[in-house]
Amino acid sequence: MSVFESLRLSLHANGGVLALAGVMLFLPFLLTSDFHYRVIALVWIFSLAVVGLNILMGHTGVVSLGHGGFVGLGAYSVAVGPVLLGIPVWLSLLVGVLLGGFLALLIGKPLLRLKGHYLAAATLGFGILVFMLFSNEVRWTGGPDGMSVKRLNLFGWEVRGAQTWYWVGAGVLLVGAWMARNLERSPTGRALQAIHGSEVAAAITGVDVAGYKLIAFVLSALYATAAGAMMALMNGHVTPGIGDFLVSLQLLTMVVLGGMGSLLGAVVGAALLLVLPQFLTVVHDYEHAFIGLILIVCMIFLRSGIVPTLHARFRKYQ
Amino acid sequence: MSEFLQFILAGMTVGAIYSVVALGFTMVFNASGVVNFAQGEFVMLGGMLTVYGMALGMPYSVAALFAVVATSLISVALYDFAIRPARGAPVYALIIITVGASILIRGLTKIAFGTGPRDLPPLLGDEPVRVAGAVILPQSMLVIASTLAIYLCLWLLLQKTLLGHAVVASANNRMAAQMVGIDVDVMTRFSFSLSAAIGAFSGILISPITLVSYDMGTMLALKGFAAAILGGMGSPLGAILGGVLVGLSEAMSAGYLSSQYKDATAFVIIILVLFVFPNGLVGKSGHERV
Amino acid sequence: MKHIGIFALATAVALTLSSGVATAADPIKIGAIVSKSGPASFLGEPQDVTLRHYVKKINDAGGLLGRPLELVLYDDATDANVARTFASRLVDSDKVVAVIGPSTTGVTLAIAPVFEDAKIPMISLAAGVEIVDPVRAYVFKTPHTDRMVCRKIAVDMKARNFKRVALLNGTDGAGKTLRSECLVIFKSVGLEISADESFNPNDSDMTPQLTKIKNLPGVDALLIGGFGQALAVVTRNYGQLSIKTPMYQAHGAASQTYIKLSGKASEGVRVTSPLLVIVDKLPDSDPLKAGALEYAKTMRAITGAEASTFGGYSYDALMLIVNAIRKANSADPKAIRDALEVTRGFAGVTGVFNMSKDNHLGIDESSFYMVDIRDGGWKLAQ
Repeated sequence: MSVFESLRLSLHANGGVLALAGVMLFLPFLLTSDFHYRVIALVWIFSLAVVGLNILMGHTGVVSLGHGGFVGLGAYSVAVGPVLLGIPVWLSLLVGVLLGGFLALLIGKPLLRLKGHYLAAATLGFGILVFMLFSNEVRWTGGPDGMSVKRLNLFGWEVRGAQTWYWVGAGVLLVGAWMARNLERSPTGRALQAIHGSEVAAAITGVDVAGYKLIAFVLSALYATAAGAMMALMNGHVTPGIGDFLVSLQLLTMVVLGGMGSLLGAVVGAALLLVLPQFLTVVHDYEHAFIGLILIVCMIFLRSGIVPTLHARFRKYQ
Repeated sequence: MSEFLQFILAGMTVGAIYSVVALGFTMVFNASGVVNFAQGEFVMLGGMLTVYGMALGMPYSVAALFAVVATSLISVALYDFAIRPARGAPVYALIIITVGASILIRGLTKIAFGTGPRDLPPLLGDEPVRVAGAVILPQSMLVIASTLAIYLCLWLLLQKTLLGHAVVASANNRMAAQMVGIDVDVMTRFSFSLSAAIGAFSGILISPITLVSYDMGTMLALKGFAAAILGGMGSPLGAILGGVLVGLSEAMSAGYLSSQYKDATAFVIIILVLFVFPNGLVGKSGHERV
Repeated sequence: MKHIGIFALATAVALTLSSGVATAADPIKIGAIVSKSGPASFLGEPQDVTLRHYVKKINDAGGLLGRPLELVLYDDATDANVARTFASRLVDSDKVVAVIGPSTTGVTLAIAPVFEDAKIPMISLAAGVEIVDPVRAYVFKTPHTDRMVCRKIAVDMKARNFKRVALLNGTDGAGKTLRSECLVIFKSVGLEISADESFNPNDSDMTPQLTKIKNLPGVDALLIGGFGQALAVVTRNYGQLSIKTPMYQAHGAASQTYIKLSGKASEGVRVTSPLLVIVDKLPDSDPLKAGALEYAKTMRAITGAEASTFGGYSYDALMLIVNAIRKANSADPKAIRDALEVTRGFAGVTGVFNMSKDNHLGIDESSFYMVDIRDGGWKLAQ
């Protein structure tokens, strides 16, 4: 195989990631204010969590209604760390992400023995428990009114401002997306695909189903926790609402809307649910009714999610 | 002792509310495999439309009938316009559709009726009944009694009547049911409208206790879903058991542990029960076909 | 010949166009972020109605400084993240000169830095005392603080020789801040806290918590904190359990809806109420009565329901900004802020505003009343 061929193959395999990078580089030519940058920065950050959730849902079929809990955990880690433990922000970020992964490891093992709706309900319970903790412990977390978050300071460079977070968010998402893509093509990824196809069949061929599900669960938790931390750092303030049931539902909707198992789908799903409300402000009171209607229509006509359905249609015409 | 009894009665009242929402979830799940997150909205609509009907001048019973019929029709519309066209879509897509439907219904209700809470008059007066030092509202007893009655009627319907058998058959194996001449679509519509009717009816009964507002559906759906899971999704008996357990655990922890974390206790119990009973208390274990 | 005609025509057109340009004025943009949906929607709804109506009224009367007012209003759905995005939008896209809102404390604290950085004055409609303490240059607010509520209640309890108080608060922001403030203030005046229970704002039955409180010995008074329909549910349960301990409520219960939904259990409940709710009970000599009555009448005409104190907060915020713009004769954000800070003797529907460098709230407890619910109506407590 020549250098060019292997390059071409590699490009094809990483097509999604490269396309994403291209969009990230090109988009600033269209953005004209800090407000635009902020919205897109939020899209990058949410997309990170959605990519993680995709690893879990898209490959193992596990539906989580509680990933908001990990988002909240990440957010409150960077808020509480400097205040309660006196550790610098970057360390709180690291500790928070590791904590999220560790928690996922701890509860994942027993949780993942459940199936289907029962598993979903257990994750729902987990998310709500985490939310309640942050909302009730006023002494540590400021309660429902939340607490302010110190800015991230990396070697003297203070990370703040919508434009900065656009690039930071884009960079982190790109890394996360690339890692997810690599995971897909690794033996672990293939095991996950097998599990998605049929758990029983995968088990028969020797795949440690429980083990791989746990890996996917922990990875998705790491992504979500990182996203939560970034959101708190960008906003400079955190309230319990950052990780409540509605956020879990929002993440789930983004995965399904954009397309399960699709990298670009994760970003499209996040973008749709974050950018659309900005356009719907003109209809004032009918905003929610509109969103509900759009969800219904999208799922009826683009039932595998936006990106996979369009991809399949596009292929049909080639 | 009267304190303990009060907690039990409070738990039963709230538990009955969760049970009836859980019953609605179970019915639709049995009929279509879909967890209908708009179920909470049907309960809300029962109360809200009755208030609306009475504001238009209808007497209570007429307004209530209007509310139940209207909600059933809305549910059938949900099935025909949102769920049936998505036939064959993966389960999570259907879940998002019902989520979208609940957002839509909630949004339209807010526009039509505003955000303030409304009240319905209690059916048996508002003098509480005293039982050994504890009190319970006659309306609460009515809710508990009607939940049991609904369950019994459902059981009778599904087990003893031809219509019920047809519903169960359609849910079990669509193609087989069609082959013996059952119109499966009609059966599914029937299940949807029945679960909505049950939801609306119970919404009318609980409104004198809980008050009714456009956003009460979300919390109800959450707790009802949790109750249905605890008991075993797809089992009507499980729905009742689950609801009662969730209600009792809330009341007991509010009374004896911490009222701040009473909702947490319910979810902790659910998670713990699921570890021992992975299919809920009386749920059937599923088989994965290879 | 025809050249003169064309020249005349061109001149006429030019004159018309230029005079059109001279009279077309840029609107003064005022931003607003309120919770029209979400848990705090019944705070935000009347605020939305109030702001839209009165901005239109001002424009119908000729606008401000010869320019029309433009209201740019967003619904934050009681979500701090969403509000922050809209805050960014108001500053960068809409380029507003002043902001009214948000409706809740948590959201206010989350977005205040955006307007501080952009140097645009913001008048919050939330109760939290930390919004104006410590004072931030560009942040003001119109509602009474929960600290004032607790102080007023503490004074009243001491006057009635109460010694032991039971607290029952919602787990939402309003309930928790009231609890925090009251715990501190009650202890400082020597009141003993016998119980500290909570309920969820969505709950339909609080009899367990109330039963616990009922069975405690020697409780002199019961204080309920929170907002929304839960307050009515608690009151009903209180009546069902035949609890005789006097009940206090904060201004979340200062509404006709609360009385109606609570039924006869509300008889004798003592509520801290802003003046808008009991305006018809005030003597005619009260300088605030006329304005408040006018606002209440207008709101009743539009919505068919009684005026909401939360709507009143937004009315005051709007009028304060309008007043500031007039006094400063400028719609520049810094000028508005400076004028706001020296507002004195301004009669709103919540009270008389006397702002200063150290006081960005401006009203004191004199426009805050202790009222009892009697026969389904309000009666000023002596």
